[in-house]
Amino acid sequence: MSDALVTVDDLSVYFPVGRRRDGTAVKAVDGVSFEIAKGETLGLVGESGCGKSTTGLALLRLVEPTRGSVTFDGIDVRELSARDLRRWRRRAAMIFQDPYASLDPRQPVGEAVGEALDIHDLHQGKQARRTRIGELLERVGLHPDVAERYPHEFSGGQRQRVGIARALACEPDFIVADEPIAALDVSIQAQVMNLMAELQRDLDLTYLFIAHDLAAVQHVSDRIAVMYLGRIVELADRIDIYRSPQHPYTQALLSAIPVPEPTRERSRRRILLEGDLPSPMDPPSGCNFRTRCAEVFEACGRVDPALAPVTDGHEAACLLHHDQGQAVERSHHPDAREHQKA
Amino acid sequence: MSDDRPDQPPSDEPAEEPRQPSAEQPELERPEGEHRPQWRQTLAILLSNRAAAVGLVVLIVMVLTAVFADQLIRFPINEDNIANRFAPPSADHWFGTDDLGRDVYSRVVMGARVSLQVAAISVTISLVAGTLLGLIAGYRGGWLDTVTMRAVDVAFAFPAVLLAIALVAVFGPSLRNTMIAIGIVFTPIFARVVRGSVLSVREDLYIRAIRSLGASDGRIILRHVLPNVAAPVIVQTSLSLAFAILLEAALSFVGAGVQRPTPAWGLMLADAQRFIAQGWWLSVFPGMAIFVTVMAFNLMGDGLRDALDPRQRTLIEARGAGGGEDE
Ligand SMILES: Nc1ncnc2c1ncn2[C@@H]1O[C@H](COP(=O)(O)OP(=O)(O)OP(=O)(O)O)[C@@H](O)[C@H]1O
Ligand SMILES: [Mg+2]
Repeated sequence: MSDALVTVDDLSVYFPVGRRRDGTAVKAVDGVSFEIAKGETLGLVGESGCGKSTTGLALLRLVEPTRGSVTFDGIDVRELSARDLRRWRRRAAMIFQDPYASLDPRQPVGEAVGEALDIHDLHQGKQARRTRIGELLERVGLHPDVAERYPHEFSGGQRQRVGIARALACEPDFIVADEPIAALDVSIQAQVMNLMAELQRDLDLTYLFIAHDLAAVQHVSDRIAVMYLGRIVELADRIDIYRSPQHPYTQALLSAIPVPEPTRERSRRRILLEGDLPSPMDPPSGCNFRTRCAEVFEACGRVDPALAPVTDGHEAACLLHHDQGQAVERSHHPDAREHQKA
Repeated sequence: MSDDRPDQPPSDEPAEEPRQPSAEQPELERPEGEHRPQWRQTLAILLSNRAAAVGLVVLIVMVLTAVFADQLIRFPINEDNIANRFAPPSADHWFGTDDLGRDVYSRVVMGARVSLQVAAISVTISLVAGTLLGLIAGYRGGWLDTVTMRAVDVAFAFPAVLLAIALVAVFGPSLRNTMIAIGIVFTPIFARVVRGSVLSVREDLYIRAIRSLGASDGRIILRHVLPNVAAPVIVQTSLSLAFAILLEAALSFVGAGVQRPTPAWGLMLADAQRFIAQGWWLSVFPGMAIFVTVMAFNLMGDGLRDALDPRQRTLIEARGAGGGEDE
């Protein structure tokens, strides 16, 4: 894709464990690559602890990557000096999962929004500042006269709107939304989702939209990346990934979502994931997912499958679909042909 | 859009809505409940705690006494009157007279000024120095933190009184050096309190959120870390003021503090001990002044601890405002 706004290549984040540097580390993100086109929404889904937030944070250098590169509109983000990094942050904002913890409890919400303006000199004079804060609050559906109130006076959904207004104050091109609705009441979730969709349309925003499960990102994403244990295991168009999931993990995730069509719902079979999530400190050899995979075969323990195209624009990291490094005896696996047809 | 995806939940926000500033926007939201400035809530909670309220009133009286001491005294404080020594409390001499015939009431009143001044200045020194050290050590971490905290540990190894006496011995006894010595002795306490709070605040999500906006470390420290560590610092200040008065008294008592004939409470108490038999009033009134003031600072410190705790605040709000308990 040539019109990529964000290009992530081999991004890895390891958190050292303990005090001694004996090499043990939590491989929170381990060699992740993807692109996000301008104006696109890339959904990033996966179980808790698989490294979604860390990916988003590393992308914005709120956590320093261990390895890999992030290119934003031609800028090598990892090469930015401290000062240039601060300036660049105007263009790439983040919305956090927990609207209770992401606002300074001692700062009135108007000041939270105004601070973003101050940092980047985005206003001329006190009056203009106040007007702009009012506009931004209105933009997210809050009354401008709530500016001097404190976060604890607001509901979760309202606080998340403040968080969005603050992100918008910088006039960003790109927003990492880290489970922005996961902590909200179900009744509020749709409102915030609609607001974000509306803002994307009006302001030409590009999103990395992080969520727990596929259902949550399906209607907002253009493409969806599925993460498992620090890796992306499948990346495809949102319709493709739903119609023909290629990775057994994606299939398991999808099988958990009820289908609104009665005939299809009746034939839906849940694929239950067996076993626990392995520790990211000591991931299984070969394919990460093999310890829980229903379709595991001998080569999975030896070969670590890379993300590779299955069909046009549809990538998966699974030996059922391609043989990385070593020959794979597909015929040995009863389900293999079934998958290739899909 | 493919139709096999789950339906989007219904929304009460119109999808397409013209956004004009002048357009009527009935859906603009406000938080429920009435807005009250934060300091007023804090004050309301503080005053709902009876002990803290008493402490606050006593302190206000003490401060007013110190400020208007010149108007409140009834006799010149250093005028000897040997003919009238050891006079018991009377209509003339409310607190009696001392071994030199000086009016004890006037000296206790003037002593409020001396004691509060010593406490205020020495605690200010330690507050500023300790907060600065704690902020830097806690926020920066690394070797700076290690070195600072080692020094703090060493300082903590000595009893405060001993350390203060040693410092005064080095600097030479005087009012100014007493304040500096107490200031130095208290600095590690503030450094430790601030560092501990900074360590926890530093990891808070909102700090990361503000950094994500492009804020510099300076801005984050001054505008976000500092206000959020203020509560324990304020509490510590109140408690330290109490301890500073005691420490000043102790220093004066052993002759390492305020020098004669300045009427400091501790010094008066020290001089009075030789004359317990001649007049109880010589020791009781300065002693009570110390006790009451120290008590008041402690009560207020405890009250502030509760009033400044946001969890306490929501608790009390949930109960429908007002009735704080004295725990
Ligand atoms: N600062 C850190 N130090 C050490 N380990 C960390 C740190 N941050 C995250 N981790 C670990 O990295 C892994 C990935 O964490 P991350 O928060 O990115 O997961 P996530 O996919 O966002 O999960 P969730 O859905 O719960 O938000 C987890 O095992 C987590 O424990
Ligand atoms: Mg997360």
